[in-house]
Amino acid sequence: MDGVHDMGGMDGFGKVEAEPNEPPFHESWEGRVLAMQRSMGYAGTWHIDMARFAQERLPPQVYLAASYYQRWALAMETNVVERGYAGADELAAGHALRAGKAITRKLTPDVVKQGLTRGSFYRQAQGPARFKPGDRVRTKNIHPATHTRLPRYARGRVGVVELVHGCHAFPDSVAIDKGDDPQWLYTVVFESRELWGDDADPTLKVSIDAFEPYLEPA
Amino acid sequence: MADHDHDHHHDHGSELSETQLRVRALETVLTEKGYVDPAALDAIIETYETKVGPHNGSRVVAKAWSDPAFKQALLEDASKAVRTLGHESKVGDHLVAIENTPSTHNMIVCTLCSCYPWEVLGLPPVWYKSAPYRSRAVKDPRGVLADFGVKLPKETQIRVWDSTAETRFIVLPMRPAGTEGWSEERLAQLVTRDSMIGTGFAKKPDEVA
Repeated sequence: MDGVHDMGGMDGFGKVEAEPNEPPFHESWEGRVLAMQRSMGYAGTWHIDMARFAQERLPPQVYLAASYYQRWALAMETNVVERGYAGADELAAGHALRAGKAITRKLTPDVVKQGLTRGSFYRQAQGPARFKPGDRVRTKNIHPATHTRLPRYARGRVGVVELVHGCHAFPDSVAIDKGDDPQWLYTVVFESRELWGDDADPTLKVSIDAFEPYLEPA
Repeated sequence: MADHDHDHHHDHGSELSETQLRVRALETVLTEKGYVDPAALDAIIETYETKVGPHNGSRVVAKAWSDPAFKQALLEDASKAVRTLGHESKVGDHLVAIENTPSTHNMIVCTLCSCYPWEVLGLPPVWYKSAPYRSRAVKDPRGVLADFGVKLPKETQIRVWDSTAETRFIVLPMRPAGTEGWSEERLAQLVTRDSMIGTGFAKKPDEVA
């Protein structure tokens, strides 16, 4: 979706401000949010792209005003309710009012180490890769109303395939509960002028990781 | 006394932000429903506070600087190479290492959310997740570097990697001059988090004690 989360190339957000000796968490609730998200992921409740899509659906003014972990918490509430893990009435009450739904497995202290290992996104290829390193490709000019990982600044642009990452679960499908729909994944590199016009920094190249349905031969 | 108690509870309650209250409610509900275990939440938080951090990545870089065979393996398949080091946070399948050279400087970003190589760098800093970084890194990386006090020669090529899928990138910074014969442990002291994101360089020998 063409949301405010898709920030690449936007102006006006100001300077990057680094905080010296930044702690892992600024508030204790931030750690709780992160740990709950990891636990719910381990429990097989929803996919990371469903979490991303729930954030993207926040109203722009909410998205921009919220901190990173506030966005996570809001998106988690959305997924908990939409997927039937708890009712909005229960979140409002601060207590369970009904029994829970079955989960695949539970993240308990003895399996924390395994639980924090990233899962693999590789999937069985459904056919041969359409592109190889060195191929010129054009990204499609798509504007789905749902989740996509093709950023706006890189739509309808010509680039070169640099790396082939194998076949992966396709976020555009996963996020809307349409299954993995495995797709080949490529690093595609663009000249700055192709993205930002004649005034662009001539020393710059930018790459994205693009799923095969985003690309056509150029 | 009753009034005092009442006031005390009232004051205490008003100190909790709306976010704290909502997160507490969420945790209570998810716990009562049997989905999450508060003791596991504690252990996860402890892992990210004490065990997983940029020191994991520093070790990878220091080894790559010292061991040409490891460096080659890292650049060919970073997931596989890093797994041989036995980190606390085991790496998944999708780590890619990219090498800075005198002619090309690499920087990583995630414009769409805040994808970051947690497995080797720990949790991302706030600036990495912020709108200024996410918006400008792909268009004006030299301006972003200036915000960090970093200046590249004007002829240096810049490559920005936008993490738009589940691939995660780590930059292998250039080894500083004057470190010949240093041990991996000593070299690791020079490797900063920002140097592995591409918003900084490794420290020079005279910057560490």
